[in-house]
Amino acid sequence: MDLRELYQEVILDHGKNPRNHRFPEPHNREGRGYNPLCGDKVTLRLQLDGDTITDVGFVGQGCAISQASCSTMTQAIKGKTLPEVEELFSKFHTMLTSDEGSDDLEALGKLAVFAGVREFPMRVKCATLGWHTLNQALGDAGGEATTE
Amino acid sequence: MSEVSPATPSRRELFDVQSVREDFPALHQEVHAKPLVYLDSAATSLKPQAVIDAVADVYARDCANIHRAVHLLSQRATARFEEAREKVRSFVNAAKKSEVVFTRGTTDAINLVAQSWGRAYLREGDEVLVTELEHHSNIVPWQILCQQTGATLVVVPITDRGEVLREAFEQELSDRTRLVALAHVSNALGTVLPVAELIALAHDRGAVVLLDGAQAVSHVDVDVQALDCDFYAFSGHKLYGPTGIGALYGKERLLESMPPYQGGGDMIRSVTFEETTYNDLPYKFEAGTPNIAGAIGLGAAIDYFTSFDPQAVHAHENTVLRYATEALEAVSGVRLIGTAPGKVSALSFLMDVAHPHDIGTIVDSAGVAIRTGHHCAQPVMEHFGIAATARLSLGMYNTTDDVDALLDALRKVQEIFG
Repeated sequence: MDLRELYQEVILDHGKNPRNHRFPEPHNREGRGYNPLCGDKVTLRLQLDGDTITDVGFVGQGCAISQASCSTMTQAIKGKTLPEVEELFSKFHTMLTSDEGSDDLEALGKLAVFAGVREFPMRVKCATLGWHTLNQALGDAGGEATTE
Repeated sequence: MSEVSPATPSRRELFDVQSVREDFPALHQEVHAKPLVYLDSAATSLKPQAVIDAVADVYARDCANIHRAVHLLSQRATARFEEAREKVRSFVNAAKKSEVVFTRGTTDAINLVAQSWGRAYLREGDEVLVTELEHHSNIVPWQILCQQTGATLVVVPITDRGEVLREAFEQELSDRTRLVALAHVSNALGTVLPVAELIALAHDRGAVVLLDGAQAVSHVDVDVQALDCDFYAFSGHKLYGPTGIGALYGKERLLESMPPYQGGGDMIRSVTFEETTYNDLPYKFEAGTPNIAGAIGLGAAIDYFTSFDPQAVHAHENTVLRYATEALEAVSGVRLIGTAPGKVSALSFLMDVAHPHDIGTIVDSAGVAIRTGHHCAQPVMEHFGIAATARLSLGMYNTTDDVDALLDALRKVQEIFG
């Protein structure tokens, strides 16, 4: 178990200075996420034009992993279509949770820095909080996304 | 040789933490290739070999149901189960064995009081008083009860040091207060509440008082008669005993006046489809086959704990806690949450460079187990305007070396995040 695999420079940087840490105007979708294990909360807002996410931002507090994950996620999904975003989350999730890890790190781009989280099962929820919140923002379901 | 060797001092006279550590097998392992440093006893304490052996022995030898069969194994299991009840009685100094009800733990005991006493006696307009530092287990059962009865939950605020002051308590206490539910010791902050004083004030208003003793039993003396509390709830697993077993002490007069909590076997005297008569105390509240091995394990844990002078155990823990408090205060960027005088066992803190979850992962990789999160006390977190803390908590086996290991690990947090 290597801590540097978990706390890569990119993660530390995005954890400390999250990108898109603001609410975009205009926006037409909102999701709220909550991790009951640690009390971390995140609110995500985005502008969906047709099936393309044209702008996205988030506000919230949390650990380095959850903040960096939200930050890199907003960068990765901006300008993407819904099917593209869905595929990205599926690859990201596989990287974090499957026994073998990801077979397609290249497709994940910067998100591949989270590969090390797989070795820390208690922290997978930190890395997926933002993505669950995104799903909630895009879905019709109201309420709050939780990692449980 | 005519010389008589001096008697070896018993463990009561001599508290030797190194020999205590030998009794806890879980301490002698490596995690992440580092020796385990266990600083999470407020979540659950480790178990001494004597407890592990007692539980195994029940299943290996005296494996039978209790209070039923005439065969020998059942007689032995019943005798050991009831001996365990006597040990609990003696440990909390209840007047009678029949005032000790075995439960699944503190939470179960509190729910028992809420659903049995509470539903029988609370009405709309009545008030249940709790404090801001309660564990969720001493909040949610009362919220449910208030929804069921129309009673109101009233909260005594804490100070910024994490104390419950007499004045604040008196402010919220009224003639409508029917029940007061208080932590004896706060799990998130380590504050010891002035319970004897608060109980007297509550009794002056005619209120019944329940103490949540989950964090108290292994760190402060408990004497339910001296405290004059009406109910006292605690768990075995925070007292070096097994999980899934705990006890509720209740004054006989109150327990007698309460309807059963659950229906089933053992709690009845006779059953027909027309009518059921209930068993005597404490069996009226012990429906179904209980956690027999757990109760016997709890008895073994009490035997183990009381083989030491509890004052010596408390003094040892307080020395380590003082050391940890001073050491953490000296680390730049560390802020202690909960600074009440006379605290025991638990120390919550924040670091300006890292979130508690990141602290927890990094110190874990150094072999140090601490708790991070809201500690099931979200109103406490709310009071301090935070989502979570990192918390170290002590057991009788901890040493200042354990604290040093944590400090080394915190330096690693600063290296990574600084």
